[in-house]
Amino acid sequence: MNKSIETYRFSSRRIFGMVRRHFYLLRGSLPRILEMAYWPTVQMVIWGFVTQFFMGHSSWVANAAGVLIGAVLLWDLLFRSQIGFSMCFLEEMWSRNLGHLFVSPLRPYELIISMMLISFLRGVVGLLPSWVLAFVFFEFSIFSYGVGIVAFFSCLFIMGWGLGMAVVALVLRFGLGAESLAWVAIFAFAPISAVYYPVATLPDWLQIVAWCTPSAYVFEGMRSVMIDGIFRQDLLIGAIFVNCIYLCFGALIFAWSFFGARKTGKLLQMGE
Amino acid sequence: MSGFAVEVDSLAKYFGNVVAIENVSFKIKSGSITALLGGNGAGKTTTISILMGLLTPSKGTVYILGENMVEDRYRILPDINFSSPYVDLPHRLTVKENLKVYAELYSIISPNERIRELAERFDIEPLLEQKTGQLSAGQKTRVALAKALINNPKLLFLDEPTASLDPDTADWVRTYLQQYAADKNATILLASHHMGEVERLCDTVLMMRDGGIVDRGSPKELLKKYGRTNLEDVFLDIARNRVEQVSFDE
Repeated sequence: MNKSIETYRFSSRRIFGMVRRHFYLLRGSLPRILEMAYWPTVQMVIWGFVTQFFMGHSSWVANAAGVLIGAVLLWDLLFRSQIGFSMCFLEEMWSRNLGHLFVSPLRPYELIISMMLISFLRGVVGLLPSWVLAFVFFEFSIFSYGVGIVAFFSCLFIMGWGLGMAVVALVLRFGLGAESLAWVAIFAFAPISAVYYPVATLPDWLQIVAWCTPSAYVFEGMRSVMIDGIFRQDLLIGAIFVNCIYLCFGALIFAWSFFGARKTGKLLQMGE
Repeated sequence: MSGFAVEVDSLAKYFGNVVAIENVSFKIKSGSITALLGGNGAGKTTTISILMGLLTPSKGTVYILGENMVEDRYRILPDINFSSPYVDLPHRLTVKENLKVYAELYSIISPNERIRELAERFDIEPLLEQKTGQLSAGQKTRVALAKALINNPKLLFLDEPTASLDPDTADWVRTYLQQYAADKNATILLASHHMGEVERLCDTVLMMRDGGIVDRGSPKELLKKYGRTNLEDVFLDIARNRVEQVSFDE
């Protein structure tokens, strides 16, 4: 098929338009904003107290104060990134807006970029209160561990986007019946992401699976920074490498689903 | 360009073993208003979805504004738009927010000015700050039309353009659409079950049944051909298969 360069022409205005659409949606809905901040905050408070308890009962936690809270905050970041991405698309499906969007000049890849940006904004809005409260109540700031932690942050966001694309693709392929995947898909990665324990804790065969997830590199890296004070570049490079695979896989499965939806007419049919 | 805004040749769409449309061919002159009529399941939505690029055809070619819709839809999309009462705008956004978003998606140069112009034209100024989901059906139709015209489309697809409008507003909208087509040399393809509207607005009518085009012509030609006094009877004759298919020129 001979497609002209126009097919791939990028427009920041169209991306901004989509970001604006979701900004309007959030601005007009206090429950949505509260929902985003609610769970990370509750999680942080629980694990903050758990940490305080263990600090008096466990030498390991006492030596690595904040490692549990850090793990919770980073895990929530991953979850928010994936759910934020998926929710953008679900909002379009719920409001039966896909027909309008795909008759406009918006390219699928622009939609994806805009969903990444919105997911980032949603993540920040959702996590900011828990970060602030962690500092106020438990004197814990993840940023005190330097820019290395920020690099690991970014890797989690990107992993969330890769998974988000796969989830959206499945919802597009199987309809809103697959919507619950958006909420639960990420938890399949929790045991092998080594969020609260080192990868070495896992059985040998599962360690191989764990190293296929960017999150395992990130949480190992986080512990290395927080416990040993060492920033492990090798873990960051590993996370970036595996993330590239996730992004490519997510983009491919999204493209497959999108072109499939154009074959089956689902872009017009989908909605509540 | 060939003088035709739409050129469809041997179009077919199959969903598994189900034939949605088959061997559909027609051309629509630039600047004309054409109606696509047919009963439920006749293939109108499938045809229009393919023309808008939302659905890929199984066979055949579609040229819109001189470009191949299947291969190069992004060259075409900035110049087309559509409105349908069955495809909503996001309910939780205000009318103004929705129009702003679509102004960005179509890269409108002065979005606020364009929105003001459309709001004035469609008498939706008092609705601009209201949530779209809170509007009445008639108000939604007017907002959907404003959205459909935000990019001054050269080709406009309209599904039931006057659905839920009171007779006065519906009449006003029809007049506006006629003027718009004439002033901008824009082409309009509409699907409507309001035969009076079709008779008044359309230069050409394409009649569909069982996934194919079974007749076409101007409203006057069709009335004469079927010996009827109104298009509704012609529609019923065709939809209920009460007459033998009338041969016609391509």
